[in-house]
Amino acid sequence: MAQEKVSKVSILTNGIIKENPVLRLVLGTCSTLAITTAVSNAIGMGVAFTFVLVCSNIMIALLRNVIPSKVHLPCYIVIIAGFVTIVQMVMHAYVDSLYTALGVFLPLIVVNCIILGRAEMFACKNTVVDSALDGVGMGIGYTLTVVLMATIREILGSGTWLGFQVMPKSFVTIGIMTQAPGAFLCFGLLMALCIWVEDKLDARIERKIGCQPLKDLQEGEDKE
Amino acid sequence: MIVKLAAIFFSMILVNNYVLVKFYGICPFLGVSKKLDSSLGMSAAVIFVMFMSTAVTFPIQIFVLDPADLGYLQTIVFILVIAVLVQFIEIFLKKYMVSLYNALGVYLPLITTNCCVLAVTILVVDDYGADVQTLGFAAAYIESLVCAIGSGVGFMLAMCMFSGVRKRVEVCDAPGPFKGLPITLVAAAITSLSFMGFGGIVESLFNVTL
Repeated sequence: MAQEKVSKVSILTNGIIKENPVLRLVLGTCSTLAITTAVSNAIGMGVAFTFVLVCSNIMIALLRNVIPSKVHLPCYIVIIAGFVTIVQMVMHAYVDSLYTALGVFLPLIVVNCIILGRAEMFACKNTVVDSALDGVGMGIGYTLTVVLMATIREILGSGTWLGFQVMPKSFVTIGIMTQAPGAFLCFGLLMALCIWVEDKLDARIERKIGCQPLKDLQEGEDKE
Repeated sequence: MIVKLAAIFFSMILVNNYVLVKFYGICPFLGVSKKLDSSLGMSAAVIFVMFMSTAVTFPIQIFVLDPADLGYLQTIVFILVIAVLVQFIEIFLKKYMVSLYNALGVYLPLITTNCCVLAVTILVVDDYGADVQTLGFAAAYIESLVCAIGSGVGFMLAMCMFSGVRKRVEVCDAPGPFKGLPITLVAAAITSLSFMGFGGIVESLFNVTL
């Protein structure tokens, strides 16, 4: 019993540090780079993303014995797209400013490789409770990382945090940090920091960007 | 009309570059850009699928979803159309155009879950859907197709440029923690910086407001 309890906790915390989807697995890069211009966007995206991930994980775990393996990908996409549509409608109705700010990246959650990846790697092989916990853990891991990145970019780029002025008025803002190049730079530096910590802890892992077929392709190219 | 189409085309390539300015399709941009020929193959497949899916989804939105007031189904319908289309293209190429299949085949499974394809189909509806009332369907349709091709060519330009940058980055002696992906991301930041210089160029070049 105690054994089982530990494993449930480890499923939950797995996504936060050990398999952090953004910094360690390098998945879902597009939305990470695009929505971290302001902390409010990052929180909104994190919540929407976590909701979709948990719901789709639960649904796929429930249907894991029903979905034929030949057409599993279209089935997953339809399930995920359904939940994304729910999020879109709710957000459009209650938090319209956030809906406008996230723009096309809200429907793009459908093709986010974290969600499809978790469906394929975890939810289709595990029980409903485990899949839900995995979704919550991964969602928290994603949200924390994007909020951290948004914090760096918003403070340096506009001197505010969640809309409040935190830097002194004399602080010269670095406008580029809230624009496209700042996103790449911030992500690169954050990943370097992460690798530096891993080196200290002797736990460095090989990083390949993107979803599984893309990772296979990169490995094939490296071998040549 | 021609001027406007040219303006749309070049603004999608330079000013609104999908990869370096708007962040659609970052995964293939960083993953497949190690060699020039693989980045060319990937972007050719992307241009092809982007054009085909826009050609299918735009009429669906105008003639099916909008009259039936089903706009909220856009996400589900579009992603399904793209998934089916990619599968169909794969089967078709395998059967009738083997040489093309050999060149592009490995990239096709990546494209269904590539955000730039879904993004272009949604964005052209947002941008040019309103033109159907003012200019008629044919004009709006042509605009959206030009926009799709322009976005694809912009993707190709970014991929090819970056594969050149990457050749240098791979051999450079980066500090330990920066080796691999982090230094590539920093290089992408500098490449993206150069694209910011294009802001406003299309408006002044073609003398139109987009």
